[in-house]
Amino acid sequence: MNHLLVAPILLPMFTAALLLVLHRAPVVMARSVNAAATLSLFAASVAILTQVESGTPLVYQVGNWPPPFGIVLVADRLSAFLLLLTALLAPPVLLYAAQGWDARARYFHPLFLFQLMGLNGAFLAGDLFNLFVFFEILLIASYCLALQGLVVERLRATLHYAAINIAASSVFLMAVSLLYGITGTLNMAHLAERVALVRTEDVALVRVAGLLLLGVFSIKAALFPLYFWLPALYSNAPAPVAALFSMMTKVGVYAIIRITTLIYGAEAGVLMELTSPWLLPIALITLVLGALSAFGAGRLATMTAYLTIASVGTILTAVSIGGAAAFSAGLYYLAHSTLVIALLFLIGDLIGRSRGDMSDQIHPGPQIGRAAGLGLAFLFAGATVAGVPPLSGFLGKFMLLQSVNGAMAVVPVWTVILATSLLMLVGCARAGSIVLWNVTDPLPSDSAHAPRAGEWTALAALAACSLLLVLFAGPVKHYTDETAAQLLSPDSYIDAVLGPQREGLVRPLQTGGLR
Amino acid sequence: MMELMVAIGLGIVTACGLYLILRGRTFPVVLGLSLISYAVNLFILAMGRLVPEAPPIITEEAGYSDPIPQALVLTAIVISFGMTGFLMALAVRTWHQTGSDHVDGAEPKTVGRPAGTS
Amino acid sequence: MILPILILLPLLAAGATLIAQRRGFAAAAWAAAVPVAASLALLVGEAPEVLTGEKLLISWPWLPDLGFNLSFRLDGLGLLFALLILGIGLLVILYARYYLAPEDRIGRLYALLMLFMTAMLGIVLSENVLLLVMFWELTSLASFLLIAFWSSRPLARQGARMAFAVTSAGGLALLAGVLLIGNIAGSFELSAWFSARDAIRGHASFNVALVLILLGAFTKSAQFPFHFWLPAAMAAPTPVSAYLHSATMVKVGVFLLARLYPLLGGNVVFEYITTAVGLTTFVFGAYVAVFRHDLKGLLAYSTISHLGLITFLMGLDTPMSSVAAIFHIGNHATFKASLFMAAGIIDHECGTRDMRRLGGLWRYMPQTAVLAIVAALAMAGVPLFNGFLSKEMFFAEALDLEHLPLIGGMGPAIVTLGSMFSVAYSVRFIHDVFFDEPHDLPHTPGKPPRYMKVPAEILALVCIAVGVLPGYTVAPLVNAASKDVVGEALPAYEIALWHGFTMPLFMSMIALAGGAMIYWLLRHRYDLHLHVPVRYTGRLLFQQAYDGGVAMAGRLSSRLENGSLQRYLAITVATMIGFGAWPFLQYGFAGGGATATPTMPLALVVWVAAIVAALGVVLFHHERVVAVILAGVVGLAVSIAFAYFSAPDLALTQLAVEVVTTLLMLVALSFLPQSTVVESSPRRKLRDAVLAVIAGAGVAGLSWAVLTRSHESIAWYFFQNSLPLGGGGNVVNLLLVDFRGFDTFGEITVLSMAAMGAWILMADLRAERSIVIRPSEPDGIMFMVAARLLLPFTVLVAVYLFLRGHNQPGGGFLAGLVVAIALIMQYMGEGLQQTLTRLRIDFRILLGSGLLLAGLTGLAGIIAGAPFLTSAVGHPHVPLLGEIPLASATAFDLGVFMAVLGTTLLTLTAIGQARRKPSPTGGAT
Repeated sequence: MNHLLVAPILLPMFTAALLLVLHRAPVVMARSVNAAATLSLFAASVAILTQVESGTPLVYQVGNWPPPFGIVLVADRLSAFLLLLTALLAPPVLLYAAQGWDARARYFHPLFLFQLMGLNGAFLAGDLFNLFVFFEILLIASYCLALQGLVVERLRATLHYAAINIAASSVFLMAVSLLYGITGTLNMAHLAERVALVRTEDVALVRVAGLLLLGVFSIKAALFPLYFWLPALYSNAPAPVAALFSMMTKVGVYAIIRITTLIYGAEAGVLMELTSPWLLPIALITLVLGALSAFGAGRLATMTAYLTIASVGTILTAVSIGGAAAFSAGLYYLAHSTLVIALLFLIGDLIGRSRGDMSDQIHPGPQIGRAAGLGLAFLFAGATVAGVPPLSGFLGKFMLLQSVNGAMAVVPVWTVILATSLLMLVGCARAGSIVLWNVTDPLPSDSAHAPRAGEWTALAALAACSLLLVLFAGPVKHYTDETAAQLLSPDSYIDAVLGPQREGLVRPLQTGGLR
Repeated sequence: MMELMVAIGLGIVTACGLYLILRGRTFPVVLGLSLISYAVNLFILAMGRLVPEAPPIITEEAGYSDPIPQALVLTAIVISFGMTGFLMALAVRTWHQTGSDHVDGAEPKTVGRPAGTS
Repeated sequence: MILPILILLPLLAAGATLIAQRRGFAAAAWAAAVPVAASLALLVGEAPEVLTGEKLLISWPWLPDLGFNLSFRLDGLGLLFALLILGIGLLVILYARYYLAPEDRIGRLYALLMLFMTAMLGIVLSENVLLLVMFWELTSLASFLLIAFWSSRPLARQGARMAFAVTSAGGLALLAGVLLIGNIAGSFELSAWFSARDAIRGHASFNVALVLILLGAFTKSAQFPFHFWLPAAMAAPTPVSAYLHSATMVKVGVFLLARLYPLLGGNVVFEYITTAVGLTTFVFGAYVAVFRHDLKGLLAYSTISHLGLITFLMGLDTPMSSVAAIFHIGNHATFKASLFMAAGIIDHECGTRDMRRLGGLWRYMPQTAVLAIVAALAMAGVPLFNGFLSKEMFFAEALDLEHLPLIGGMGPAIVTLGSMFSVAYSVRFIHDVFFDEPHDLPHTPGKPPRYMKVPAEILALVCIAVGVLPGYTVAPLVNAASKDVVGEALPAYEIALWHGFTMPLFMSMIALAGGAMIYWLLRHRYDLHLHVPVRYTGRLLFQQAYDGGVAMAGRLSSRLENGSLQRYLAITVATMIGFGAWPFLQYGFAGGGATATPTMPLALVVWVAAIVAALGVVLFHHERVVAVILAGVVGLAVSIAFAYFSAPDLALTQLAVEVVTTLLMLVALSFLPQSTVVESSPRRKLRDAVLAVIAGAGVAGLSWAVLTRSHESIAWYFFQNSLPLGGGGNVVNLLLVDFRGFDTFGEITVLSMAAMGAWILMADLRAERSIVIRPSEPDGIMFMVAARLLLPFTVLVAVYLFLRGHNQPGGGFLAGLVVAIALIMQYMGEGLQQTLTRLRIDFRILLGSGLLLAGLTGLAGIIAGAPFLTSAVGHPHVPLLGEIPLASATAFDLGVFMAVLGTTLLTLTAIGQARRKPSPTGGAT
């Protein structure tokens, strides 16, 4: 019995619960425990990745009940990829937070771990309702993280975020139970089968369920017109939290990909193509609005928040184009954008910290300390996010442009991708030149706000990850190609979960009714 | 015609809840969300169809209602209970912080008339 | 192997110079110069065989399946440019060492220059076009940073942004064009492109690609109408202007045209666009240059004009025109670089570059004057200087334009006119600066440092050497380069000073005489120095567009996100309605045919009650307490419905939750305003009502559609296995603690965190004396007593519920709530402090341990070698309760119990303990 699969959920959960019980213990202890857990999460994710390389997804039957009856955790290439990405993002963020901020924040360490638990659980869930539960876990954790410090902006942003998502959760519940009402199952692999067999008079209902799910995930992923909660939340959240949140939108993206490729995937017959024709235009609009708003943003954090939206637009453009090449490009871009946006949030925070009252507003202000280092970091991050060759952003967009080649969508996609790249490029240049060069008083502010060694390390780690994506673009692309192929032929997933014999899993329940 | 009644009831409660969450103050929003959660819970149960007098508790005489939606509802109730508590706290805190219970954390430009005088 | 080294050596220099700068300017200069010199040596080592027509090709795969390989090529064209880049680069290093002021960070300048040098070498030595594009973008970035070297100067920042925006836009267009061609050719290697020449040119999208590539070239080479960034870029330090913005970077546009000539040549679209743009730029630039008062401004527009000339020649699309273009690229690089250096020296020594103030410098700096004049004469195209030779070839080409009917006839005239202007500004440069009289020099010019002049001198010597003995100097190089451009079709030709009395010579003479005349007239008939240049330039337009864009984008986002939750929710609801309705519009809506369940009167009553209550909540939601009570009624009705539809667990749980929620809301209400202001406009109310009704109808429709359909599910499995495998009769409870225990596990996690959230929110609002909804005294006593008596009883009930949960409705969650309610009653009866002091429990620890217990129970499974949460069953006999099937799931349920208890109490105390706000401003009455 291979328990590796449950580790990414249990490891953070136990550590978090422990830290709750020992909430009076000194922060140093919490830090080290958390660090240990986060690092072993990384190890676990690597192990899982190496195991799914073979091509057959790993399945874990929680409670030892066979699917589709019990709850299963499933790790295919996609899940492993995102688990690893999360595990890559977490340590630098934790390191950055551990430079003193975590002592001021309340229960940061348990909440951080619960957040990771929710993310990992969502990536591993093989049961639709269980997916809902993990969404709730990562949501409530994110509420508690976002409102740390209790300043008005954060309270307001969190209130909006929470209200919208609580409403969305009830839609999620309705969609899940609706699917159950028609297909009589909750296991996603089994759902894929049942949906393929659905009676014609039920098609509309099953489509409704699917579209409602996509609607909910679009809120999480921050697609137009459902992203309005994001800029306020991300730009006001504490920097480490915002950096961690760069993974949150990706959960929505993940769920969209999972639902559309598995349940409404190649097997689904009449129920395929759930996302066409609406997703492509919406994704492009999201991308354009994100890039435009980033260009006109008034703060570095706001700019980064909008760049998050733009990245989601780019990824979902790839998803909506469909086909192995596009999926692969989308996944590569997902990894790139998550890392670099986290990096940008942290850099913006460091710059803002040393500009006194000016904070990170994109207005002339005092000369910052360590200008050379921070400037270089900003230059790198900006160039990467805008897609200057050969950095990871460029490679992602390049793959995307190549993947659409030939399709009808080629003209709009190419135009939008290139135009928005220019917008982001000019936007970052503008922000950087104003904040770093247009100094009102030349004296660097006091060195008290200068970045600490740990913070430099966090930046370096994230930058290094993004550079590795460039250096090993070949292998990474190979992995994403394989992943895309696996996604587009869901039967390997279904077989892994349900095994060969699948007859009669669903039977009419002999109901007593009125005796 | 239990089905029709339940369906209509669900619809009405949902509508009331939605109308409330679109209001401008935190408290009605919380109320609305809990109304919606009532409706959703009933909806989930309904997805297992309506079977009176056949609780899914193993007994001699055969015939049960579908237990799975019930389990889902229980989880849903608990989660929405937790969320309600959290949201209430958030509302109280915002009110403390801003002196306004408006969902946007500040009084709108046009100040409304107090209740009762309407 | 030698090529990448050659390219990367300057990068090494960048690192070295950054380290060396601490030891002063000289050290930095040496650190930069030595690797560059080495690179130059390597290049020269390769030169001989390249001149014989050899090509060096080398390639490493990087992303082979995307056609992105690290492949390089060194041919004649590359050699010519690489020599320019490295040679002039060395001179610029020397020059900058004396040009910069002591307070400038020379290491940074050198490092950026070296980075730029690497990028340039990369462009001219790339075999893979994607690699070329990559280095192309890198040059834009480097020039951005170099122009803004004096970053505290507004003009520097503005100029940098402008150059960056324009060239990046071009770069992206170029990328698009390259991708198009690459997809046609199925490769991004130049040699593959050339061999697939006909296929590419025949393809439908070739002309689109062509235009995109031209956009890239024209923006980079500052062709009209994209020229405006170049004058703005003059805010850069003069070494940068000399190197990037005259000698090298602005040349890569025309380099690209030359590089891709085998593809582009012989295409009418290419010819017309390029000649038209080139000629316009040539004349326009020359004309404007005459009226610039700033030395660098004059040189900038002259550069634009000469680039136009070269572009024009490329567009003429004849073998000889290409030769002329390449020849002129080299010549212009030499004389223009030396002119910029001279301008720098003058600026350095006189403190101004304004020709209205300068004058008579001949007396102060004769040597500088000589070399500046030499370069200026070359620029004017005077015989014996290199400029003359290429100019004459240019005239010769301009004479036969019959294959370009549009420009054809006018050609020679326009060309001569343009040349007159270039003579005019050259003369102006010489006369206004070195002769005439100084007008108001800031200070008497000093003597420029010896070595600051050396670079300019060397370049001036080159101008003369080439001008006098072309055959022995550049001819082979130009020839080799031209072969790579034109191919073997290159006819026999001779670059020579004297071709006899030819038409071109005649045109040169006209240009020289005419130019001198123009200048004389301008100075004496129309006082040139009083001329005010027109303000409304492309630069201004760009700046307006840029600022407008920023403002517009800002407005757009703040328009979209007005920070109103009401709007966001309305949009969300509307979107969901759309998603929900669409399939029905596609496939139609139909109920099923299952047999309906008959209604009973009681149910009808409950139903009506629920609906009335729900509507009541909406109607009376301004009176909050009333609304809470009414909402409670709805909840009650729902739990009755649960009971009726055979879900006893749900009924009980709903009931308990209802009680707690109501209490919670009442407690919260003791802090919030008691009533809601009436503020929504009728239109807003209507909008919301419409949304709500549609959505409600949708939900109703959905549930009806499902309810009337027959049902099959996986539920049968649980009835089969509950007792044998799960050890319990209450299937719902078994689902919660066993079959789907993992959900419950997650659920209590959510619950605990929600409570933590509430706790965090209230953390710093603890009141010393808690506020209690204290009933009027006598009843209060009664209440207290009742609560006291109730407590043990309720706890007993809880235990009972907990233990029977496995077989009968009940379970840990319910038990937890019941106990919580009992304690809350205590709390309401006698206030928090007493209750807490009696309890002495830290709820955070309670719920934490609850989570841990649940988790550890799950781990037991793992220890037993089974998956997480696998349960074991036993049937111990307990007095009073008889035999109870005790599964390990019961321990799990205990964890649930603790977590729920902790959560509920933590949330309530968190809110209940808060300090009442002194005097809430605003809000409701």
